[in-house]
Amino acid sequence: MGNTNSITINDNIFTFSSDDTILNVAQRNNIDIPSLCHLKNTKPTGTCDICVVEIQGSPDLVNACATQASAGMKVYTESLKVINSRKNTIKSMLYSGNHNCAIRDFDADDWTEFQLKVIKDDKTDDLCPVWGDCELQNLAYKYQVSIKHEPLSECKYDMERVNPFIIRDFSRCILCGRCVKACREIQVNNAIDFGYADGDTKIIAGNDVALKDSDCVFCGECVQACPVGALVTEKTFTKQRYTTLGKVRTTCSYCGVGCQMDVFTQNNKIVEIKGADDELAPNNSSLCVKGRFGFDFVASPERLTTPLIRKNGTLKEATWDEAIELVASKLTSIKNEFGSDSLGVLTSARITNEENYIAQKFTRAVLKTNNIDHCARL
Amino acid sequence: MTNTIADVEQADTIIVIGSNTTENHPVLSSFVKRAALKGTTLIVIDPRKITLTKHANKWLRQEPGSDIALINAIMHVIIKEDLHDKDFIADRTENFKEFCKTIEKYTPEYASKIAKIKVEDIIETARLYAKAEKGAILYCMGITQHTTGTDNVKSLANLAMLCGNLGIEGGGVNPLRGQNNVQGACDMGGLPNVFTAYQSVGDDNARATYEQNWNITDLSFKPGIPVTEMINMAAKGEIKSLYIIGENPLVSDPDLNHAEKAFKNLDFLIVQDIFLTETAQIADVVLPAHCFAEKDGTFSNTERRVQRVRKAVEAPGDSKADWEILCGISSRMGYEMNYENSEEIFTELAQVTPSYKGINWGRIEKIGIHWPCPDINHPGTPILHTKAFTRGKGLFHAIDHAPPKEMPDKEYPFILTTGRLLYHYHTGTMTMKTEGLNTLAKECFVEISKNDAKKLKCKDGAKVNIASRRGEITANLQVSSKAFDGTVFIPFHFSKAAANRLTNAELDPTAKIPEFKVCAVKITSCE
Ligand code: SF4
Ligand code: SF4
Repeated sequence: MGNTNSITINDNIFTFSSDDTILNVAQRNNIDIPSLCHLKNTKPTGTCDICVVEIQGSPDLVNACATQASAGMKVYTESLKVINSRKNTIKSMLYSGNHNCAIRDFDADDWTEFQLKVIKDDKTDDLCPVWGDCELQNLAYKYQVSIKHEPLSECKYDMERVNPFIIRDFSRCILCGRCVKACREIQVNNAIDFGYADGDTKIIAGNDVALKDSDCVFCGECVQACPVGALVTEKTFTKQRYTTLGKVRTTCSYCGVGCQMDVFTQNNKIVEIKGADDELAPNNSSLCVKGRFGFDFVASPERLTTPLIRKNGTLKEATWDEAIELVASKLTSIKNEFGSDSLGVLTSARITNEENYIAQKFTRAVLKTNNIDHCARL
Repeated sequence: MTNTIADVEQADTIIVIGSNTTENHPVLSSFVKRAALKGTTLIVIDPRKITLTKHANKWLRQEPGSDIALINAIMHVIIKEDLHDKDFIADRTENFKEFCKTIEKYTPEYASKIAKIKVEDIIETARLYAKAEKGAILYCMGITQHTTGTDNVKSLANLAMLCGNLGIEGGGVNPLRGQNNVQGACDMGGLPNVFTAYQSVGDDNARATYEQNWNITDLSFKPGIPVTEMINMAAKGEIKSLYIIGENPLVSDPDLNHAEKAFKNLDFLIVQDIFLTETAQIADVVLPAHCFAEKDGTFSNTERRVQRVRKAVEAPGDSKADWEILCGISSRMGYEMNYENSEEIFTELAQVTPSYKGINWGRIEKIGIHWPCPDINHPGTPILHTKAFTRGKGLFHAIDHAPPKEMPDKEYPFILTTGRLLYHYHTGTMTMKTEGLNTLAKECFVEISKNDAKKLKCKDGAKVNIASRRGEITANLQVSSKAFDGTVFIPFHFSKAAANRLTNAELDPTAKIPEFKVCAVKITSCE
């Protein structure tokens, strides 16, 4: 010991650098210190008080996210004191709102009264929309928090559902501030902030208007950062549990940034898209409104499902064999009569590299012309 | 891009010119805004007061089509104040002396008259960029969609070379690619004059390689014609058939009325797409294709990173992947093309594409690789030109300002500039199927300054008629602080009020890009 840059966490020794917090050192070494407010790549705020740890020799617990590591420090991340403190914090969060995921551990009568109230607020008889995918719920389970016989708290603000994509449910908001960080420090859209309304803290958009009337651009970064069910998408509010969903990593098909995204599917339909890993280039889990919400076209009833051939002036359904035969014979006859350079192919900035390669191979090797281009200039 | 997206945050000064980044490349714009938040100097040069100006230290509002004069004047100041990177110029470039002769006349005072930017602002911008250790330039269609588009791009390259800002982290000249796989379409030889990896069709060696690999003879050495000219030739009856894949030129082309006539003049039009687009509606054959969520493959993003696309859902009905359709037709025409899957195609293309040679699907399973990647052990190339330029020495181009082909006059007093909105994409065939996006951006509008609206005696929301020498549309007026007196903006997504009925099809002589960013229009009230 006595080493100028080593610190002990749960009796294991680790090195640190000058700007490391206790949380940084722990995360780097796979020691789980839970936090509901910390958001990667942003400055710590220390609002949730879940990441408290005990430092040997100091009377008060400290927030691991906001305390610099220092030489010789001995940290305990799951001591009795720490656990009790976390339990209390979780408890007060749980009864602050409509956390009807059954983790609250009610008497049957209590539950009925509570659920009836939530049904009225949510206008659906389901449990919380992020049930099974909620960091608060996980922690309540981990620390076995029970809040039997606690009074129900009232939320002063109605759920906001006036924009097409994002639901703001103030009753489930635990004021961790991750959404504010996501909006101001990651996407830098500066649409939302901590504010005060009627003497209480509230996350406000603009000067307390609806998101749609603020600078919000519906990137959804805040939704992805929200640890609870306070910010959810309209689609997931009515769709079912995450556990039954398929998940595929792919690349966004809109602009040239090429964001990496996870596509969640159910019954052969895309129900949600999230940004991939927060460490993965090029987007570090960010997406924009088009990438995150603009997927309805995939399952649109207007999709083309069969080849069409113009007959007597109108397009009529045809088989692949007919369509391919027609295209092949027409191209061949035009090529024979007017020469290869009377043919042209416009390939696409929307299709894959493999397909573009095949398109130019077809044009050059089969049509025997270099008349191939795409609409990128347009 | 010469550099990577993440690299933007390393710059000391960033110039964003002709790019409405927050709407067209939203996630990339976050990198720029974050850099500004952490202290990077951000200079935005744009005819509109776009959202990014809110995050900028400086906004320079240039007259549409005056970019060369402005950039030349910035360089004039840099040279005059002796702020240029003499070592870089001596070691890595040529033609500097000739170039200086042209720059000589572009005093800030001279350019100020053309670009309508204050002299002090030009001087300050020059200093901010030249004094930065690492200066990045980002640009988009606002630079390229002009009759001087190629020269605009060369001017930006001049500026970066002048300050030694190429080949370094946090520097570069970075075009932002609009469509997801424009980069890939170009890399893959979806261009009339080159095979994959920009190998000229006139190059005997390249043709020999291809002939051998494809097992054929007599590949044409004659460069083909670019899309914009194909349309003219179709109108004249010289092109008889077009096969259009995944594009909707009947909304995206300039001077649509002309394009429409051209397409109708074809003997045979084939459209392969996922929807019955405006273009598909006039086709002779329509072939249903898969969308990105239904197939496996790769896209190459704007930073040259080759990334995986994966199938998430089954495609509807009888639709097929684009490559399968093409292979089917090819085989029917007597040239067998058979592939087990898309990966097999990648393996083939990597063999004939030097910059992709070292890439395979296994290597990019988790994270994409930046080309050039010449061999299997190569890590890829995040930053280009670190040691030399493609042609060896970087060439300074002496370039003079030339005005846009059509300028406002008595009859057509406004400059029209077109572009995109955050909530829609290109011709809207995809985004307009998401109800929420339509709610947020319902219909076409004309963005106009308060003063101009007043002059027209029209209120915000008033229905107006916009006409150019080529066509007319109606749309609602949107009075906005983004607009500058004399210049109006119309998004081109909406086919019902297609901005491209108005635009000018005049082309840049080299890149053949139409001048979407400047034409003259008049506006009259419909009420
Ligand atoms: S959706 Fe994006 S812009 Fe809107 S509040 Fe959330 S983070 Fe901010
Ligand atoms: S999510 Fe948005 S920024 Fe990212 S690639 Fe898609 S369209 Fe571009």
